[in-house]
Amino acid sequence: MTAKGDPVLRLTGLNKSFGAVHVLHDVDFVVRQGEVMALVGDNGAGKSTLIKCVAGIHPADSGQVEFEGRPVRIGGPRDAAALGIEVVYQDLALADNLDIVQNMFLGRERRRGIVLDEASMEEAARQTLARLSVRTVKSVRQQVAALSGGQRQTVAIAKAALWESKVVILDEPTAALGVAQTRQVLDLVRRLADTGHAVVLISHNMNDVFEVADRVTALYLGRVAADVARAEVTHGQVVELITAGRSGDLGLAPTTAAESI
Amino acid sequence: MSTDIPESKEAAMRMADSDFAADRREHDVRSALLDYRDRIRAGELGALPAILGLVSLVVLFTALKPGTFLSKGNIANLSTQALPITILAMGLVFVLLLGEIDLSAGVASGVCAAVMAKLIVDSGQPWYVAVISAVAIGIVIGTAVGWLVAVVRIPSFVVTLAFFLGLQGVTLRMIGDGGTVPVRDDVIVALANKNMPIWLGWTLAAACAAAYAATQLLRWRRQRVRHLHSRPVELVAAQSAVVAAALLAGTYLLSLDRAPSPLITLGGVPWGVPLVGALLVGCTFVLGRTSYGRHVYAVGGNAEAARRAGINVTRIRVSVFMIASAFAAVSGIVAASRLNSVTPDSGGGNTLLYAVGAAVIGGTSLFGGRGKARDAVLGGLVIAIIENGLGLLGTKAYLSFLITGVVLLLAASIDALARRRRSSAGR
Repeated sequence: MTAKGDPVLRLTGLNKSFGAVHVLHDVDFVVRQGEVMALVGDNGAGKSTLIKCVAGIHPADSGQVEFEGRPVRIGGPRDAAALGIEVVYQDLALADNLDIVQNMFLGRERRRGIVLDEASMEEAARQTLARLSVRTVKSVRQQVAALSGGQRQTVAIAKAALWESKVVILDEPTAALGVAQTRQVLDLVRRLADTGHAVVLISHNMNDVFEVADRVTALYLGRVAADVARAEVTHGQVVELITAGRSGDLGLAPTTAAESI
Repeated sequence: MSTDIPESKEAAMRMADSDFAADRREHDVRSALLDYRDRIRAGELGALPAILGLVSLVVLFTALKPGTFLSKGNIANLSTQALPITILAMGLVFVLLLGEIDLSAGVASGVCAAVMAKLIVDSGQPWYVAVISAVAIGIVIGTAVGWLVAVVRIPSFVVTLAFFLGLQGVTLRMIGDGGTVPVRDDVIVALANKNMPIWLGWTLAAACAAAYAATQLLRWRRQRVRHLHSRPVELVAAQSAVVAAALLAGTYLLSLDRAPSPLITLGGVPWGVPLVGALLVGCTFVLGRTSYGRHVYAVGGNAEAARRAGINVTRIRVSVFMIASAFAAVSGIVAASRLNSVTPDSGGGNTLLYAVGAAVIGGTSLFGGRGKARDAVLGGLVIAIIENGLGLLGTKAYLSFLITGVVLLLAASIDALARRRRSSAGR
């Protein structure tokens, strides 16, 4: 078992090209247990591609992936799921016409013989929600269609946490939410890390990043500009890392930053 | 203005309803009824419109044609009239759950019935060989349609429209222009024309009522013991009682002697009714209690979510068309039994539209993701009552078409409005 602070997922020298376009250049990326790692970068910086490499949707061209210290190969979404990597996509992957329990177990239903084991699924869903201190849900048998945006995001995140997952990747979880709902979701992200998950938070919102993240990795045109502890940087520095690839002593060497353009 | 106060109180109660309060709170009949009212208001209509329609149609036709509409003979007639539509509609529910449509199911039923009739009449095959072959042909047609829809990704409307045209040609080629294949096999004819012994009808009805009540109560007890979401026991009991009453009343009506002459006795439940009952139980089980059924709902609700959850969406898509066509084959066989023959028109005309109408009237959404097997039975009864009642009134053919069209439009509007209501209630 890994302890808090141990690297769960470590990518070294990851490269990925789509035809002639070199999207990721020698990317190093580490996620540690019990830690929220914010992944920031401008549009086109390669955040989504990096995540898709980790999730097995676009296998990387070269580079090493280590999971809990062992070298692994992620060749497809099933490999990622088997390792315990769960991705919560921006456009919530929930079916409106099913209830919370049904959505949380979608595709991985528990059965007794050929009959669905509703009772045990309902109990497990409720335990997971309770463990994450989700208090806004009235009934786990509510249809998802009847939930607010924040509650839906909550269910999507809880779904990822249900599977003894070790790494949970959240793609802009607060993008479409109001103030109070953003609050709920950020609290949940924090609790996710506190309950022993390694969390990757992709976000454009500096307030969110500075509120919950322990570390920040900034991508600039496919390169890692910096991997820093949140406490060591300011808002302004992170914004400069995102927009220019460097900020004072931090970031890419001036020549690299310039040549990337 | 007097309604303001309780409403705000209710809102306050709902605000406090967090932390699974609704699951933990002891549900009594009142709170369950309030929840039900909320669901209706939010557009979760369920079987309500179909049941209201059924009751009002029965009242209407009884008033217009007293003595005839509710006569013993006509009730038996009505039940066999509803059989083919109901079976066809039950298969279509699977397709509609994905938000797809199968326009070819009607003529597919004609092709399958023709195959069955030709095998019995021309090749002298026993009935079971003919029936199995007909169902197999149905599955082949469904597989072809499903492959074109799910793998080639042609819209189901276009694929099945092409099959609708093409399969009529197949039936015509098999039977010949203006031809008729008589169906005289005892077992096939018995489906829609013979009745169960009265004792068997009663036994089956009682057994079904008891089994329904037992499963409902056992589930309630299990949920209660494990502190899961459950309904008040009074409602569970009431629902079981209503189902039992409907089953036993139907059996009673169909068991009365309905022979027009006192010399013979004619009574009992037609054999086709337990067939539909068995299909209903089977479909309800598959849709509600198996992971296949869960996946059908998931693909209908959000295909992308289903794909990301690891569900093989293509396989689900192909399978629903296979189910629809297999049911179409059974429906064609029952229709052939009822008419004692198969003609090139079998399954053509508005057969399919009646079946889609039945599913939609019963409460299955054309937008996908919502619907149950029982919708086909409720809607099939509504369609049969309209057809039967208008026939008794001697309505002109043009008027029957108009009225049926209006009823279907009404059902589709209720579906669309309920859907709008749901999406606005959500956020």
